[in-house]
Amino acid sequence: MKVLVPVKRVIDYNVKARVKADGSGVDLANVKMSMNPFCEIAVEEAVRLKEKGTATEVVIVSIGPAQAQETIRTALAMGGDRGLLIQSDTDLEPLAVAKLLAAVVKEESPNLVLMGKQAIDGDNNAVGQMLAALLDWPQATFASKVEVSASSAKVTREVDGGLQTIEVQLPAIVTADLRLNEPRYASLPNIMKAKKKDLAVKTAADYGVDTAPRLKVVKVAEPPKRAGGIKVESAADLVMKLKNEAGVL
Amino acid sequence: MAVLVIADHDGSAVRDTTNKTVTAALQLSSDVDVLVAGKGVDAAAASAAKIAGVKKVLTADSDALGQGLAEAYEALVVPLAAKYDAILIPSTSQGKNIAPRIAAKLDVAPISDIIEVVDANTFSRPIYAGNAIETVQSSDAKKVITVRPTVFKAAADGGSASIEKIDAGAGSAKSKFVSQEIVKLDRPDLGAAKIVVSGGRAMGSEDEFKAVIIPLADKLGAAVGASRAAVDAGYAPNDYQVGQTGKVVAPDLYVAIGISGAIQHLAGMKDSKVIVAINKDADAPIFQVADYGLVADYKTAVPELMEALSQAGK
Ligand SMILES: Cc1cc2nc3c(=O)[nH]c(=O)nc-3n(C[C@H](O)[C@H](O)[C@H](O)COP(=O)(O)OP(=O)(O)OC[C@H]3O[C@@H](n4cnc5c(N)ncnc54)[C@H](O)[C@@H]3O)c2cc1C
Ligand SMILES: Nc1ncnc2c1ncn2[C@@H]1O[C@H](COP(=O)(O)O)[C@@H](O)[C@H]1O
Repeated sequence: MKVLVPVKRVIDYNVKARVKADGSGVDLANVKMSMNPFCEIAVEEAVRLKEKGTATEVVIVSIGPAQAQETIRTALAMGGDRGLLIQSDTDLEPLAVAKLLAAVVKEESPNLVLMGKQAIDGDNNAVGQMLAALLDWPQATFASKVEVSASSAKVTREVDGGLQTIEVQLPAIVTADLRLNEPRYASLPNIMKAKKKDLAVKTAADYGVDTAPRLKVVKVAEPPKRAGGIKVESAADLVMKLKNEAGVL
Repeated sequence: MAVLVIADHDGSAVRDTTNKTVTAALQLSSDVDVLVAGKGVDAAAASAAKIAGVKKVLTADSDALGQGLAEAYEALVVPLAAKYDAILIPSTSQGKNIAPRIAAKLDVAPISDIIEVVDANTFSRPIYAGNAIETVQSSDAKKVITVRPTVFKAAADGGSASIEKIDAGAGSAKSKFVSQEIVKLDRPDLGAAKIVVSGGRAMGSEDEFKAVIIPLADKLGAAVGASRAAVDAGYAPNDYQVGQTGKVVAPDLYVAIGISGAIQHLAGMKDSKVIVAINKDADAPIFQVADYGLVADYKTAVPELMEALSQAGK
């Protein structure tokens, strides 16, 4: 079984994003970039499927700038077999990303696409669901447990109010939530090995996909700042202030 | 312009996330219909029909819709979309599950989690864990939008819309419901509560979380939330997670106990009216957003807080 894992290079989750002074976007110059954490979880799950013998090949794909090759190498060091970068110097919208990924799926014919539920830059939470729609495949989003058999996947999903388990026929799209697994750190020997793994570089034009934006970013602004608060001395003081000053009790 | 709101409901009534999404829809147009889909939806449809400003309520009834299967929602909503210029869905886990799927089928760029309707084509939404607010203008003729409910006022009752049953459409044989574990809470819902009490990693165990956070929440009539660290460690169920990738809440009062205030957590609660933090580390980032900070060990501070609340008649 072949598993495809789309991964995105994003701002590191420990870094607080800063808005550019001219309001045109978020300042990413000299900012630490990493693999989107949810994508790491998807890679981990795919590698575990390979270790169990369920998957035979794990293909990593990323759409992004040339530096996204590093992100792909990281996934290869975790255990991916080969990589594909669709190089794009502009940040594409989820619809364009989903269309490109659909084209890759047609070429690669994976049985399963494992991906993140959300990229922590745009916070869209959209590409997996959109890819499923474009391919007419079933989707199992926000997965906290995945059991894959030859023809189907049983997926436990994190939903409002608790957990839901569904069974989707393969091929299918599964998007990973935080509790699916804890991604491994790549070992130094594996990082060295990953450098030799196959990584193809293509462009959107190679797939003949229309990636024109549908959304124009009018502006990017800082959120309103909260006024500074105070420290209280004791629990009794706190209750008094909540009652008399804030009026919330 | 005609707008369709896809209702969030619990089978017996619409949730207030629906009323809030109707408010956003009414900012786009006065021509707003509501779709109530599920299994056995008559009571929920009746409650939707009472929302002021709603013209018509459509109902669709099937097992697959009741199970929330995205493929079934696609089959139902995509044909309906011909009659509407915009489809608005509350940004719940189910809303996030179905909206992008519907959008892709319509060849539309979805707009996730809007917090403002600027005009009929322009919307604002938080990005980067709420550290930036992006305003986007859509060139799509049709719009598919999820709405962050916490920022819109709930549309009040007072309407009497007509109710029309429509064909539920066929689901997909490729996806099948197996089971669910949905916990029925006898406390306010996290998304809708006026007060939220959240516990973090400091609790150290599920028993401690239950012994510290739950009684305080009960005393305040509050919903219970948690940080990711507390959820990952199994102290609290996953749907208690407040944050960038969990639930977004904006109650009148948010009490964070033993939570450091990572950006991902702040993204889910920093729009609360009043924030209280109890943390033994005076430098914890949570104090930067807290209106009232108490630097203390929760082990002594929470019992004292319980006592002070009792004395204040709580
Ligand atoms: C992709 C991604 C998504 C994420 N999404 C979310 C999300 O949605 N929500 C979320 O919450 N997090 C999220 N996180 C995790 C986030 O980065 C933090 O790791 C998490 O919020 C930390 O939880 P915490 O504050 O409970 O734990 P810690 O950071 O360990 O803080 C514990 C705090 O308790 C205090 N403390 C300890 N003992 C006591 C005591 N006896 N009395 C008083 N105070 C005490 C400590 O001083 C400390 O400040 C996400 C992370 C990633 C990578
Ligand atoms: N540029 C990209 N390249 C590869 N995968 C992506 C890209 N953007 C999004 N994805 C995938 O889609 C998931 C959800 O992203 P989003 O819908 O943008 O929040 C991510 O976790 C990735 O698995």
